Amino acid sequence: MSADKVVHLPDGLRLFPGAGAILGPLDKLVNWGRAGSIWPVTFGLACCAIEMMDTGASTNDQDRFGVLFRASPRQADCMIVAGTLSKKMAPALRRVYDQMPEPRYVIAMGSCACSGGIFDTYAVTQGVDQIVPVDVYIPGCPPRPEALLEGFLKLKQIIMAEEFRWSNVR
Amino acid sequence: MEQRAIAEAVKAQFPEEVVDIVDHHGQVGVLLRPGRIVDILRWLRDSDTLCMEHLRALCGVDNKKRKTPYPERFEVVYQLYSISLRHEIRLRVLLPEDDAHVESVVSLWEGVNWLEREVFDMFGIRFDNHPNLTRVLLPDDWEGHPLLKEYPLKGRKEWQGLVDLKEKVKRLDQYGFYAAAPTAEEKEAKAAAPVKAEAKVVENAAPAGEESKTLRERDQA
Repeated sequence: MSADKVVHLPDGLRLFPGAGAILGPLDKLVNWGRAGSIWPVTFGLACCAIEMMDTGASTNDQDRFGVLFRASPRQADCMIVAGTLSKKMAPALRRVYDQMPEPRYVIAMGSCACSGGIFDTYAVTQGVDQIVPVDVYIPGCPPRPEALLEGFLKLKQIIMAEEFRWSNVR
Repeated sequence: MEQRAIAEAVKAQFPEEVVDIVDHHGQVGVLLRPGRIVDILRWLRDSDTLCMEHLRALCGVDNKKRKTPYPERFEVVYQLYSISLRHEIRLRVLLPEDDAHVESVVSLWEGVNWLEREVFDMFGIRFDNHPNLTRVLLPDDWEGHPLLKEYPLKGRKEWQGLVDLKEKVKRLDQYGFYAAAPTAEEKEAKAAAPVKAEAKVVENAAPAGEESKTLRERDQA
């Protein structure tokens, strides 16, 4: 088979017609697989959780992005913190995050999760980024389902741009 | 029965306990001394003409920044409702600032347990003979009672549990993905540094002088 028969795909991928094989950087393949199946563990804390459920329902249908809710942190890639995180709840949030396997991502959904929102008081954590590293911040009070879907697309961009996340060598 | 008539009935039955009867936009409240509150509530619940089976809500009030004709600072408010007769009444027990305590009514309604715990949590009002008078909303080691008027909005000091958690986060993040990723400067320094020759341990290494041979050639030899 001559080299000029190789089909060149975007992002440095090459398709070998007779061989039934695709050659490409492992980053592209791994990230493509991960970005297409983000499974979030839900951490619904307040009214944002209602919008999060709505995003999963048939009108907005986040399943079409490969986003399926998991009820266990051990099977999840991503945690959606949806709502007001009180200080009493903060240790539980960190505990759930610690149970997630790498690679793991966090979406802070809504004003309260991003910064404490209107609850600048004695009992509310001023932003979940004090407790867990946040990848995507979604503003809104609460954000519409479209905003959460946009957040997933942003997370997808972040995952697609990663290098060597599958390896210990960085 | 009209609310005013219920209030008068309470006053007729317990004349020593009723301080005042107030009417606010058609809602009648009976102001009471704390001493015999369990007796009053039991009488209201078990009376055939009143039948107040349902305690809708129990809450505390701090009147520190409010002008009232009464010297007592705190109130505990009982909202009663009769499901069978469909009438209601509000009872307000006045409590002094220095020793705010009132008898628990868990013996009459089981569900009041957590409501009294919440009032204790938020105001520090104690309920005598309560089965488990501990905090219900805030963590057990919280200091202060946040709904008191002198409590600052952001609290006086950070809750120790959150301080401990932040220290734990700092410790754990050393092993997290983001902490482990080398910075751009570290990458440059690593690229600029001369590569050290390290002794490599290779499994199934070929004997000296036979490195160029394939495994099959070595097996045949």
